Amino acid sequence: MKILTEHIDVPGIETIDVFCKHGGYQAVEKAIKKMTPDEVTEEVKKSGLRGRGGAGFPVGMKWSFLAKPEGIPRYLVCNADESEPGTFKDHYLMWKSPHTLIEGMIVSSFALGANTSYIYVRGELMYVIHILEKAIQEAYDKGYLGKNILGSGYDLDLYVQPGGGAYICGEETALLESLEGKRGNPRIKPPFPAVKGVWQCPTVVNNVESIAATSWIINHGGDAYAAIGVGRSTGTKLISASGHIRKSGVYEIPLGITVEDFIYSDEWCGGIRDGHKLKAVVAGGSSVPILSAEMILNTADGEKRLMTYESLSDGGFATGTMLGSGGFIVMDETTCIVHNTLTFARFYHHESCGQCSPCREGTGWMDKVIYRIEHGKGRKEDIDLLVDVAKKIEGNTICPLGDAAAWPVAAAIRHFRDEFEWHIEHPELAIQPGAVYMRPGASWAQ
Amino acid sequence: MEAKNTIVFPAETLDLVQKIMKRYPEGKHKSAILPILHLAQAEWKWCSPEVMDYVASLLSIAPVEVYEVASFYTMFHLEPVGEHVIEYCRTGPCCLMGGVEVYDHLKKRLGIQTGETTSDGKFTIKEVECLAACGWGPVFQIREKFYMQLTAEKVDQIIDELSK
Repeated sequence: MKILTEHIDVPGIETIDVFCKHGGYQAVEKAIKKMTPDEVTEEVKKSGLRGRGGAGFPVGMKWSFLAKPEGIPRYLVCNADESEPGTFKDHYLMWKSPHTLIEGMIVSSFALGANTSYIYVRGELMYVIHILEKAIQEAYDKGYLGKNILGSGYDLDLYVQPGGGAYICGEETALLESLEGKRGNPRIKPPFPAVKGVWQCPTVVNNVESIAATSWIINHGGDAYAAIGVGRSTGTKLISASGHIRKSGVYEIPLGITVEDFIYSDEWCGGIRDGHKLKAVVAGGSSVPILSAEMILNTADGEKRLMTYESLSDGGFATGTMLGSGGFIVMDETTCIVHNTLTFARFYHHESCGQCSPCREGTGWMDKVIYRIEHGKGRKEDIDLLVDVAKKIEGNTICPLGDAAAWPVAAAIRHFRDEFEWHIEHPELAIQPGAVYMRPGASWAQ
Repeated sequence: MEAKNTIVFPAETLDLVQKIMKRYPEGKHKSAILPILHLAQAEWKWCSPEVMDYVASLLSIAPVEVYEVASFYTMFHLEPVGEHVIEYCRTGPCCLMGGVEVYDHLKKRLGIQTGETTSDGKFTIKEVECLAACGWGPVFQIREKFYMQLTAEKVDQIIDELSK
């Protein structure tokens, strides 16, 4: 079942003519000519579509919070600042099929009553920005953008805004600050963007994949979308698969397949690279808890774990993780968990905006302490120190970057404490190039 | 590369700047800082104080408003850089795919460390965080171009090509 990527490999799909030949812009025709904005919103609510950037908040509900005071413009801003390590699905979708996003932007803007919308793309993807801008021009030329779209009286201008290289701008209020031409410091909420967003006007911020899915929902109905998936995990999800698998790349999966199928089936990742064994997975981007092979394949109750929001988080953080952004990083037995955790800790240290002391100072501490453990200078008390610092960051910051920094460190210690201990107890072995601790009796060590 | 003595965009870039400023509501043209800083860096390689002052004058804002933004976002070079700036991804997924070894080879090949520029001014190496290309790692970027699934051999080819 493919919704977003059905035609992604068709030659020329980045051009509007080929895109339209494969059913493109029918959702715009249908929404604008035959539906009211409220009817569009209603279908999205019915679909059960949840925010695909990581938080998983229902999209239709987010839309319904948008304030609509008379005479004040409203904005839709697409969050294409994709920066969560392990995640590259939005990059892939915009690069291959820009009109999929643009069509969704028009449908969603119409539903929200926005007459100007922005796609905020991370600045490193400048080549993708050029692709989007070319496609937007085509949409203007065909009358899908601009004044009086399809003779309906509805006007919409769509612009692409480049970022400048800052993970924090993926946080929606930081993104809005950045769009206003400022440093990307997250705002204190409330007020929420739905009431006071960009330039203090009501604003909805949605991820690329969420917005792109709305076209299919309008064409086929919210019920048809909700029929895909399991429970509250409806529809399809783009999964960015990386690491030690046979076939890395972006896969569109129906929510509800098993994790085991996703890793081992030839339809998806094709299994672990030759001669190696699965050791651990980070299932939803670097910020979500890492799980060992056993824990990612099965829940604590012994059920096969599914690729859904609920099943991946089953057991809470004690035994579960999160679907997050769908950044699925697979590690085999050659992976040193301490080194991998160091790269994540360094990442969050680098990306903390510095507003909140627990995050600004705490991410630096975690980076430094893991660095010394990895480099054979760890102290016995360091592991508990890391747990303590992570605990003091979590929940004590304006935005979720603090939690995102704390979770991967806390989880690595929770599930791979023996590797940290080994580094501290055997520094002379741990600093050897390629040295990896093998847990006695572990499935990946056999 | 030295910044030019007279810092003024070519006429067609100035037209583009005017267009960009119209993307935002009236009076909100400060939003154009990031797009214009990208144009400025493409023109002059790095964002010198003089370049940032020029951007401020285009937007009729105080220079400090440009400095504080340029210094927040890691893409902007606030020091002179070489002709080709190689920005390699140092984050987890690229490291899993052998990134550390490939980048060590790159540094050895150019004879410089991260943050340095070769004596002929040709290459600068910088390390950056995740470039959203994890499935195709190890990755580095030179200007807008992504170089993916890097190996030591591929790195040599790229450097050879750019050295010509």
